[in-house]
Amino acid sequence: MIRFTKVSKHYPTGTAPALDDVTFHVARGEFVFLTGHSGAGKSSLLKLMYGDEQPSSGDVRVSGFHIGALKRDEVPRLRRRLGIVFQDFGLLEDRTASENVAFALEVTGTRADVIPARVTKVLAQVGLLHKAESFPRELSGGEQQRVAIARALVNDPPILLADEPTGNLDERATRGVFQLLTDINALGTVVVMATHDLDLVRFGGQRTLELRDGRIVFDSGKDGEGSA
Amino acid sequence: MKLLWREAMLAFKRTRTLSVLSITTIAFALFVSGLFGLVALNLRSALRNVAERVEVVAFVFRGTPSQQLQVASDDISAFPEVLEVRYVSEEEALTRARRDLVEFQEAYQDLEINPLPPSLEIRLRPEFRDARHAGEVAERLRGFEFVEDVRYGRDWVERLDALRQIAAFVGLAIGLAFALVSIVIIGVTIRMTVLHRAREIRIMRLVGATDWFIRGPFLLEGIIKGLIGGVVASILCAAVFGAFAAGQFGLGMGLTFFGPLEVIALLLFGMLLGLTGSLVSVGRHLKKV
Repeated sequence: MIRFTKVSKHYPTGTAPALDDVTFHVARGEFVFLTGHSGAGKSSLLKLMYGDEQPSSGDVRVSGFHIGALKRDEVPRLRRRLGIVFQDFGLLEDRTASENVAFALEVTGTRADVIPARVTKVLAQVGLLHKAESFPRELSGGEQQRVAIARALVNDPPILLADEPTGNLDERATRGVFQLLTDINALGTVVVMATHDLDLVRFGGQRTLELRDGRIVFDSGKDGEGSA
Repeated sequence: MKLLWREAMLAFKRTRTLSVLSITTIAFALFVSGLFGLVALNLRSALRNVAERVEVVAFVFRGTPSQQLQVASDDISAFPEVLEVRYVSEEEALTRARRDLVEFQEAYQDLEINPLPPSLEIRLRPEFRDARHAGEVAERLRGFEFVEDVRYGRDWVERLDALRQIAAFVGLAIGLAFALVSIVIIGVTIRMTVLHRAREIRIMRLVGATDWFIRGPFLLEGIIKGLIGGVVASILCAAVFGAFAAGQFGLGMGLTFFGPLEVIALLLFGMLLGLTGSLVSVGRHLKKV
């Protein structure tokens, strides 16, 4: 589903490369933690996956898309095959939870008559059907992140990318969101989650890629465990 | 289409203060341009009225045979600058003097002989109503042997020329200044809108919206804002014009307001401003995200 081959990424302003000769593969159905300190390259890796950045060298393939050769008008098509979740939730403040989720369907030109049913289904999946008409400011951090996950899932993407999704949450909410992500993974969606919450990584026991200074220094999937 | 409209209205509500600000900006820019246009329009028609009176008068020796005058009139009519030539006989000159110069009515009343010479009055075509052309025509008229003297009110025609030049220059300068100020103000408003919308545009991009899907509502919003600004500006212009026309300020002449075409142009210009603003502000962000 995701394949990085000898990928490096240099930013014009940085002296050291953000990513340096990174090679790995994520197969169908996998759940992968990306760990490492701030600035280790986790976000750069995710940005390459969703086409926000292009590799300086090497080859990146995501769900059939060749990121290095991605044209501007192909980016929306790639994004519709991905669900993306951020630390800051990224919800539109003046829309209710259900409107935020519906928005991702409207954007992709989904027929208006099928939207309500799909929104209801996915909100039920994240356990927030009773808050469908609440605005983001009326929801707790954990609930907002669930809405963001519902929005990421509503297009049935084969891959879910999450950049520090629990970074702003307390421990209980963190466990809740993590449980939700593993449930989603169990239904067949690839989940790549960047985090520096080592407790969570240890608790989860999923495949872990550790980055340091732009290089992969540890991959628990290399020796077979955790990789599907 | 329904979605486009809903999104545009949402964007409008979301940034209400900024929306009001940019409408005000557009309205103000158009209002000032409109006022300026009104002044220019009226100044031009005033100058045209005055220029109507630019004419060259050739006084003719008494006793010149009318046949000779007739031939000469035809020649003069053929000058490229000349609109029409009129012969004013001694009698007509006296009648006119009695009518127009009220102060001398008595003096002209019991005259034994008519002191006024006959003349040819030459009106010039609109594009030649200035000192240089009037002077040239006068010079050529002096060449006719029956012409005693030629007058064209040189002083005031020259002054009219100067006035026209000043009007054109001041018009250009003020117009440019206002245009510049409007552009700067609109630019600042756009910049604020851009900052305000950066996050929103980014979220749209991340959930897979195409560029045109993102642009659409913003552009529609810009056009609507421009239209509202144009309507407000037209109303303000009409109000100011109404107040001015009612006062009259002893101008002694009728004032002209915009015709429907000019009002439509003002509205279209407003829509263009709004659209350009949105295009620039969204375009810049789409490139970055």
